[in-house]
Amino acid sequence: MSELTQLTLADARARLRAGEFSAKELAEAHVAAIEDARALNAFVSETAERALKDAARADARLVKGEGGALEGIPLAIKDLFCTKGILSTAASHILDGFKPPYESTVTENLWRAGAVMLGKTNMDEFAMGSSNETSYYGPVLNPWRRPGDNRNLVPGGSSGGSAAAVAAHLCLGATGTDTGGSIRQPAAFTGTVGLKPTYGRCSRWGIVAFASSLDQAGPMTRTVRDAAIMLGAMAGHDPKDSTSVDMPVPDYEAALEDGVRGLRIGIPAEYRVDGAPEEITAFWEQGIGWLRDAGAEIVEVSLPHTRYALPAYYIVAPAEASSNLARYDGVRYGLRVDDGGDLTAMYEQTRARGFGAEVRRRVLIGTYVLSAGYYDAYYLKAQKIRTLIADDFKKAWEKVDALLTPTTPEAAFGPGDKSDDPVAMYLNDVLTVPANMAGLPGLSVPAGLSPQGLPLGLQVVGRAFDEETVLRVGRALERAAAFKASPAPWWRGAA
Amino acid sequence: MSGIIQGTTGPWEMVIGMEVHAQVTSNSKLFSGAATAFGAAPNSQVSLVDAAMPGMLPVINKVCVEQAVRTGLGLKAQINLRSVFDRKNYFYPDLPQGYQISQYLQPVVGAGKVVLDMEDGETREVGITRLHLEQDAGKSVHDQHPDLTYVDLNRAGVALMEIVSEPDIRSPEEAAAYLRKLRTILRYLGTCDGNMEEGSMRADVNVSVRRPGEPYGTRCEIKNVNSVRFVQQAIQYEARRQIDVLEDGGTVVQETRLFDSRKGETRSMRSKEEAHDYRYFPDPDLLPLEFTQDWVDAIAATLPELPDDRRARLVTELGLSTYDAGVLVAEREIADFFEEAAHGRDAKTVANWIMGDLFGALNKAGLEISQSPVSAPHLGALIDLIADDTISGRIAKDVFDEMFKTGKAPEVVVEEKGLRQVTDSGAIEALVDAVLGANPAKVEEYRAGKDKLLGFFVGQVMKGSEGKANPKIVNELLLRKLTG
Amino acid sequence: MSLDKATVARIARLARIAMREDDLEPMASELSGILKWIEQLDQVDTADVPPMTSVVAHPLHWREDTISDGNRPGDVLANAPEDAEGYFVVPKVVE
Ligand SMILES: [Mg+2]
Ligand SMILES: [Zn+2]
Repeated sequence: MSELTQLTLADARARLRAGEFSAKELAEAHVAAIEDARALNAFVSETAERALKDAARADARLVKGEGGALEGIPLAIKDLFCTKGILSTAASHILDGFKPPYESTVTENLWRAGAVMLGKTNMDEFAMGSSNETSYYGPVLNPWRRPGDNRNLVPGGSSGGSAAAVAAHLCLGATGTDTGGSIRQPAAFTGTVGLKPTYGRCSRWGIVAFASSLDQAGPMTRTVRDAAIMLGAMAGHDPKDSTSVDMPVPDYEAALEDGVRGLRIGIPAEYRVDGAPEEITAFWEQGIGWLRDAGAEIVEVSLPHTRYALPAYYIVAPAEASSNLARYDGVRYGLRVDDGGDLTAMYEQTRARGFGAEVRRRVLIGTYVLSAGYYDAYYLKAQKIRTLIADDFKKAWEKVDALLTPTTPEAAFGPGDKSDDPVAMYLNDVLTVPANMAGLPGLSVPAGLSPQGLPLGLQVVGRAFDEETVLRVGRALERAAAFKASPAPWWRGAA
Repeated sequence: MSGIIQGTTGPWEMVIGMEVHAQVTSNSKLFSGAATAFGAAPNSQVSLVDAAMPGMLPVINKVCVEQAVRTGLGLKAQINLRSVFDRKNYFYPDLPQGYQISQYLQPVVGAGKVVLDMEDGETREVGITRLHLEQDAGKSVHDQHPDLTYVDLNRAGVALMEIVSEPDIRSPEEAAAYLRKLRTILRYLGTCDGNMEEGSMRADVNVSVRRPGEPYGTRCEIKNVNSVRFVQQAIQYEARRQIDVLEDGGTVVQETRLFDSRKGETRSMRSKEEAHDYRYFPDPDLLPLEFTQDWVDAIAATLPELPDDRRARLVTELGLSTYDAGVLVAEREIADFFEEAAHGRDAKTVANWIMGDLFGALNKAGLEISQSPVSAPHLGALIDLIADDTISGRIAKDVFDEMFKTGKAPEVVVEEKGLRQVTDSGAIEALVDAVLGANPAKVEEYRAGKDKLLGFFVGQVMKGSEGKANPKIVNELLLRKLTG
Repeated sequence: MSLDKATVARIARLARIAMREDDLEPMASELSGILKWIEQLDQVDTADVPPMTSVVAHPLHWREDTISDGNRPGDVLANAPEDAEGYFVVPKVVE
């Protein structure tokens, strides 16, 4: 295994600029690692040729000292991002063969910054799932296994392919999207760093929509600094997205090492989920201790409507999805199933066979809660609850600068463990969903191992557009936790 | 009033409300940068947003919002400083997103009114319930192939104003007057070209019948009627149909119906009916549409004089009849032509020339007033030539025809053709003497009391002068010589 | 709120998703389970709470009225399962 895949994004950036190795060598090392890791099923499409072309262009710029912020950095892209001329599927059968004639704004920003494209990562179909088991292209496996136990574990979802690729050192960073925890939960399950920015910070243009009022793209990396670097390149105002905010993008690296002395960190009582394993609570306490020792003021806060965030989310997200997914009708792109029946038959067969079970389930729920006579009882009610949740956070910001919670109620579980109970699966996002409902930035930092030897993540939530403080707190946790563990590479050549 | 229909069981009254879809005049679409021009090659005016490609997002067109507000002001309506775009969800091949972005609960324009001018010179007021902005759908072509439908998305996403009226209309004639008046207002404002043939104005007509004075009956909605004549036929047929149902002891079912212009009848569109549940909800890709009263006032300041005000002015300032003024203001271009030609002249005479000879000639030639070979200044000059006796009213008609043929100025035509009127009494006296000398017998008869022969003598003299002799002078001379 | 087969059939039709008769019952109980769990929201009094209209409060950005897109039928039709003479093609729609 090449040591080049062991570098952090920040180191690679410095050494590329110093000319210690070429973008081509760096790309080749990662292309090889990807080919060697097919057992993980982390990629829907590998784009080795594209990677080498990008790398050559990067090397040309680097020698002239013209490199951008990510010049020559090999990245993996969640298959929810539309990439020009490259198969973009959202891991759904219904987008069979779809090659967009356009490039998403976020990926466009990355390429402009000089990044190198390694491939498109596997995910839960249309980002609907928390275990990566709903992909039409088969489940992604978590690089992590319980020590002395070779049973597979899920990488979390929906950005499980990106998380696995980062954890297995198949890329220096990857893009994810987070609608209810789809960046932070898989990051926690794979011992990686995942950041969901403030809603409106990264453009949604060209990203296959799941739930428009919740979706947000973000970076997945191995260090907090790497996340800061990637976000700097991904973020920015986009006139093509009416919900993208016109605010300058700060230098997220600048304040990274400033520490937490003098910061007030809120501990929301309501995040002590009943029935959550003792290990999680202990782990949380440990994180609180680290920040206190680093000079932060720890403040107990209350977010009374936290427990209603998840059920409200399961009204809002399916409702928006049922409408967003209406365009997949077999008329203009993707799969068409035409058994020679009439138009309605074509629609119904295409969508029945094109969508997987979880997507069908959510589209039906969403259709139901919006249907005549139920709108007020469900959708309107949920949007009112969102107001209450947002107000809870606003009150908290009067007392504290950021919140610290666990990212998930448990460590990675096994394939099939929750497949027969949707609600049990949904509960995995109970700690991450509130930030989406209020549009706030949330960061998951790997901070230790469970008693079974699996990674656990701590979540930092901050004020809208205050990613700087969130990253700063995350960096302090990272420094204190000194999380060095990495999974044994059982997958190499295993496919 | 023809709104009352005599049934076998007594009189029935029609109750009509309209939803007019008017295409907003704009370069690009409501939420995308694709062009809106009519008649382009299939799918050539389609952006990836209009085609609802994955991840595409709407961004609102400023001018479309301006046009909606401008129209609201023209309808004397309430302008809502905050409105919301909703998604109307249903599946149809010409609706790529699977939903239409429209305004359901909070439209940009609220209550207003339109005043109708009926033939009999009286006016009727029709209430406007609301006006909202929404996306047009694409076009499904069913006749290209026996068992396939072809879909063109050029129209998909074009901005429409849906203008909803109160059920204040009581007859097909009023419905027609409403459409014409609405069209006139939109064209004055420049917010819609009102071209029904190209589909930039379509009407959904709600028809019900009731016993005069009783509560409203059950209504049927006739979708997408695309000409004023068809609207009248559709209403006539539909009202009759409902009355027959009711008089046979049946009940009218509320439904959507289609007008078949070939058969001249409406029929049920059950296909469209089946389980309609649009699942409206605010479009999460857009924020509420908000603007300030100052912005609205700035638009109001740029509003042109509207037809009602202009007609009133032509009546009070220029002394035209309400009817003539109404005809002249129906098209902004005609009113402009009239006012230019009438400037400093007798308005009534100018109006008669325009509504008579000019309209007649334009009609025959199939021309719009904007294409008229006779310009407003030339028509004015022609009228001046009559006023100062350069030519007679009769000769003027020939001069006008020549002007219409050649586009020449009236003075030029008169000179070239030597049509200048003869006012030199010496010359005319010679003609008079010649005529009297040639008809001694008739002169005797006249002097014996047969005075109606005067007409004959005048005719002969005019003939002798090729119509150019000044009729007034001819009369004077004849009378003097015959009675002298 | 528990869903019956008929309701599932109705919303499946609205959503244009074909469902086999014997899948209706299981789907009905699945959805009922989720809705049952969602019902805990009834505990919250939202009588005078305004619904969230936009996640981040900022004014809607307006586009200038210029022709900046379109004229790319190739791109528009590139992924079409079936097209002819520049049109998308679908099974006959009977009106
Ligand atoms: Mg309507
Ligand atoms: Zn409409």
